[in-house]
Amino acid sequence: MKTIDSKIVKHVAHLARLELDDKELKEYSGQLASILSYISKLNEIDTANVVPTSHALTTLKNVFRKDVPRKSLGPDEALANAPSKEDDFFRVPQILEGK
Amino acid sequence: MENLYSLTAHKLKELMTKGETTPAAVAEQLFSRIEKCDGKIKAVVFNGKDNALKNAVASSGKNGRLAGVPVLLKDNICVKGEPTTCASKILAGFRPPYDATVTRKLKDAGAVLIGKANMDEFAFGSSCETSCYGPTKNPWDTARIPGGSSGGSAAAVASDETILALGSDTGGSIRQPAALCGVVGLKPTYGRVSRYGLIAFASSLDQIGPITKDTEDAALLLSVIAGYDEMDSTSVDLPVPDYSKALTKNVKGLRIGVPKEYFIEGLDKEVEASVRSAVALLKSLGAEVKEISLPHTEYAVSTYYIVATAEASSNLARFDGVQYGLRADNAKDMIDMYIKTRSQGFGNEAKRRILLGTYCLSTGYYDAYYLKAQKVRTKIREDFDKAFRACDCIITPTSPTPAFKIGEKTNDPLSMYLSDIYTIPANLAGLPAISIPCGFSKEGLPIGMQILAKAFDEETIFRAAYTFEQSTEFYRKRPKI
Repeated sequence: MKTIDSKIVKHVAHLARLELDDKELKEYSGQLASILSYISKLNEIDTANVVPTSHALTTLKNVFRKDVPRKSLGPDEALANAPSKEDDFFRVPQILEGK
Repeated sequence: MENLYSLTAHKLKELMTKGETTPAAVAEQLFSRIEKCDGKIKAVVFNGKDNALKNAVASSGKNGRLAGVPVLLKDNICVKGEPTTCASKILAGFRPPYDATVTRKLKDAGAVLIGKANMDEFAFGSSCETSCYGPTKNPWDTARIPGGSSGGSAAAVASDETILALGSDTGGSIRQPAALCGVVGLKPTYGRVSRYGLIAFASSLDQIGPITKDTEDAALLLSVIAGYDEMDSTSVDLPVPDYSKALTKNVKGLRIGVPKEYFIEGLDKEVEASVRSAVALLKSLGAEVKEISLPHTEYAVSTYYIVATAEASSNLARFDGVQYGLRADNAKDMIDMYIKTRSQGFGNEAKRRILLGTYCLSTGYYDAYYLKAQKVRTKIREDFDKAFRACDCIITPTSPTPAFKIGEKTNDPLSMYLSDIYTIPANLAGLPAISIPCGFSKEGLPIGMQILAKAFDEETIFRAAYTFEQSTEFYRKRPKI
């Protein structure tokens, strides 16, 4: 397995929408490298013909409900925790470039 | 007479039925107890006294299975209109617009919800030290951790600050704190209890379960919260037995497997001795004991930290400052708002796990890590399938050591992760497992043993646990606070 350095950690942080200062970057790079080195133990096992388990219950099937209308949260309840709102909408900073 | 707060739910129900006490009297006593002890223990993060006292009065004379019985919920379980924060700054101020299914079931059964329990942030930890509210203390020695992540729930039960508690268990988060605090904690079979309204950590591993003072209460509480729920497509539509009926003091002919891979270097000598003598006791009561092998045990922690962090990194993408909780100020655009909010809102361990999980799922690494881990998960599951052909239940230590000191492992994430070595396999295989008290160290710290059974065979677990418990006195001992 590949190892991890601060350049990769920086890239991964960006993918996860996190910002790390230099001290954090150094600390996480070291810790993640040692965790990944421990994890590389998994390479000892031959899994060539093994079916992956995504869920512990092998009987699990996709579930669909009937397409009938039912009561859900109203706008007031749905927006009750919004950090910022306007009318019946969540308000967010500018998304598109320009004015 | 004993103080009401020190009693079990089944005992309180008996007293209430006879008219010897009332829900209001129990609640009053319990809140005085919290007031007296929680400054030291710090198990309760939201105290719902006013509502609870009202609900206690209203529940008087009602018939529900938990009518008038106080319950403390881990802070990742939604209660409509009440604070629910996962002990994270990023959910500051959040009040869910709906009840979790377990919350609704408790309310329907007449339980009195008394507040929220401390936990590791988003359940990321084995010590309760990653909480944004600061650590909970172990009631047996306040210089030590109570275990985690459901450390607040376990410490509150141990210190008589609640009668019953719910926790959640992704890699041992109910069982390990139960063991370290000297109480009973059960992780049900995956799919036995609805996860609707449990704020997700790793969706293929998470289960809600009881933390209680004895096995009878665990059976009672599981009977109330278990069952199929159309709001959780991974909950399973199987009838819920009355688990209280499984509490028979009889293990004659019960086949107990003891996995040799669990008694290895790193296992504390006193823990090993306690668990081995517990197995010997069950043998003397008529159980058959055999050594078994779970050959992939040593790969469980690695597998878990890939699967769990990958799922967590995906589940935690929803905390972006748009719909609830914290939003950072002074963002120059939307992406900047996400980044600032998440960087300010998540603590260190949450960031570490999001980074690890994102890495394991990212282009170029997915096959080497996530897919590989899912395949090893199959091997671990197959180990158990094979083992359960030769035995009815498996007994192991719950935690390799008794409670460690606060701060002892905070700078070494890997050594913290290894403290879950005995509890993780049950989550990967989806199996039910309980931790019950089985001894004390020379220093007076509780030791727990774990009993696992086949999927949906909680009844065998209760039978073995109840028989052991009723033949010993460990579960009766309480810390002096």
